[in-house]
Amino acid sequence: MKGSPLNMQKNKLKAVLAVAALGAVALVSAPAQANAAGLKIAIMPKAVNIGYFTAWNKGAQTACKEIKATCTYLGPTEATGPAQVQFINQVIQKKYDVLVISAADQNAIVPSLNKAKAAGIKIVTSDADVAATAASSRVVSVLPAASARIGTAEVDWIAAATGGKGKIAVLSAAATAANQNAWIAAMGPYLTSKYPNMSWVGGTVDKSTFYGDDDATKSTAQFDAILSQYPDVAGIISPTTVGVLAAAQEKKTKNASVKVTGLGLPSQMAPYIEDGTVEKVGLWNPIDLGYVAVYAGAAAKAGTFTGKVGSSFKAGKKSYSVVAGGIAYLGDPFTFDKSNIATFKAIY
Amino acid sequence: MNFLTRIRSSIGWDKGVGALLVLTIVIGSLVTPDFATTSNLGFVVQDIGEIMIIALPMTFLIIAGEIDLSVASALSLVSSSIGYSFAHGVPFGWALVIGILVGLATGALNGFLVNYLGLQSLAVTIGTMGLFRGLCFVLLGSNPVNQLPDFWTGLGINNIPGTFLPWSFLLIAPLVIIALILLHFTRIGRWTFAAGISSEAANFAGIPVKRFKFFMYVATGFMVSLAAIVYTLRFASASPDSAMGYELTTIAAVLFGGVSIAGGFGTMWGVIFSVIELGAIRSVLQLVNFSSNALQIVSGSLLLFSVAVPKVAEMLKARRETRVKTPTPSLTSSRSVE
Repeated sequence: MKGSPLNMQKNKLKAVLAVAALGAVALVSAPAQANAAGLKIAIMPKAVNIGYFTAWNKGAQTACKEIKATCTYLGPTEATGPAQVQFINQVIQKKYDVLVISAADQNAIVPSLNKAKAAGIKIVTSDADVAATAASSRVVSVLPAASARIGTAEVDWIAAATGGKGKIAVLSAAATAANQNAWIAAMGPYLTSKYPNMSWVGGTVDKSTFYGDDDATKSTAQFDAILSQYPDVAGIISPTTVGVLAAAQEKKTKNASVKVTGLGLPSQMAPYIEDGTVEKVGLWNPIDLGYVAVYAGAAAKAGTFTGKVGSSFKAGKKSYSVVAGGIAYLGDPFTFDKSNIATFKAIY
Repeated sequence: MNFLTRIRSSIGWDKGVGALLVLTIVIGSLVTPDFATTSNLGFVVQDIGEIMIIALPMTFLIIAGEIDLSVASALSLVSSSIGYSFAHGVPFGWALVIGILVGLATGALNGFLVNYLGLQSLAVTIGTMGLFRGLCFVLLGSNPVNQLPDFWTGLGINNIPGTFLPWSFLLIAPLVIIALILLHFTRIGRWTFAAGISSEAANFAGIPVKRFKFFMYVATGFMVSLAAIVYTLRFASASPDSAMGYELTTIAAVLFGGVSIAGGFGTMWGVIFSVIELGAIRSVLQLVNFSSNALQIVSGSLLLFSVAVPKVAEMLKARRETRVKTPTPSLTSSRSVE
């Protein structure tokens, strides 16, 4: 750069004007894009590069093929609301028909979702919902299983393992863990009514629940405490991934005969399922969550599904109906055993 | 490297960023019809809003030879304070005032530690970055505050009626102009450069460097609180984990704008172009469905490029100069000595 300071100022001004002018020219040309070849669906995880969401997308893409929609998997590399908002803007800008999203932040993305909704985009949350107060921003939320059924399904698994008889106990997370407490509360009456030959080691479910605080060492100690306190225990349910892993490890170390089941990550539980220490654990299946959510979104766009409580939509062969809170549950938790663990341990 | 040449190369750089922005807009309009639309411009403005507001005082700080890594945590603390106050019955307007006071306090704390205790700004603000973030979790725990008043969140989300520009534009545009004038046309700007080139010399010249830099930090706190208000309204919630990583995005934008990390050099134009360019290029890449992994690589590369190009240019220039003096320069003598 040569010249006096005044010249430099002038040059700067010129540069600014040039930018402004070009910007203005560019803004004039904005043709609308019409694409009639099927629905345009955006599949947005909390963050890309996560195996769990890759599986979720796999289910979504399967559904997309079935309904002949064009699905794009897009999202941020970090799982934050603000990062997701940039991609929601992109979805609005590119005029997608449907947005299937796992909310990385239950509040921060709501204003953008409302904008997308106003633009005519049908929104389905899947895997992670927005805050209950913001439920109107989406059509429906596709979630794994109702809280009570997560508890009762685990009772079914342990009953299958013990042959429907014997005394059982629960190895939970923290005593204050709201999720676990809700599931455990549903286990008590279900066991009594469904499995008359089974009972709780401590008489009631409350007195038979031990807390490992989601700590591996503490969970192992509690597992040992159950065995020494109740030598006749036939089965232990651990409705937490940390607890069930600790229980499986300790059962193997001690070569204990007690049966173990619960909610476990397939990748962590694979060795114990493969060697027979544990027959079956469950959790949600992200593939199904993605699959069903795409159908919900497509049905909403087609106008055949309103998302109101009691309304329903079909995904593949099954029909799903909406319950209080605008939620459609997949139904039972998904189970992992020798037959499918090899597939799922690679996923999450 | 003499002082004049560096000033020149720095002025050249901000033009380069401006040209890159023009190029981005032109290419963006050609490759996707969704880019150069008014609605997308609205999104970009909204998207870069907070970064732009924080980048302005950050430019002053870095030119003055200081830095502030705590800005994102401070933003989150202001937002959390607003949310906390509102959740505890304070009318929202007053909660915003409390937020601004908290912002000023964060700036005053940084300014005091750096200038009156004479601590390194890098170390101090790494410390306060953790401190402010921790306080956010003390205030809100894991319970973000939502359901803020519709009137206010409407300001954060909606456009100015009849336009495609978000309300935040009315705040950001004047701030940008004020920062531009302050840095390049007033005594405050001259003091900033002087302090960055040599704090001691500036002192001898009668500039109250300590007090000046203290107020620069307080002003940063104020700007951060404005950014926090924009952020809180835009996301209609106050969360303790707000604005994660914004400090790096902001500093990257300032450096990409041609401001020397060593202090003493840079222009506000460069930074303004740079922030807009980062928003524009991200928008283009997103609209052509570039993967977000590639997106990260591009922004990282841009920053490296911006740091490397002036340096390489310097080296080439130094090499040419040496060649004139000695016919066969050795490798060591061709390096520029700073």
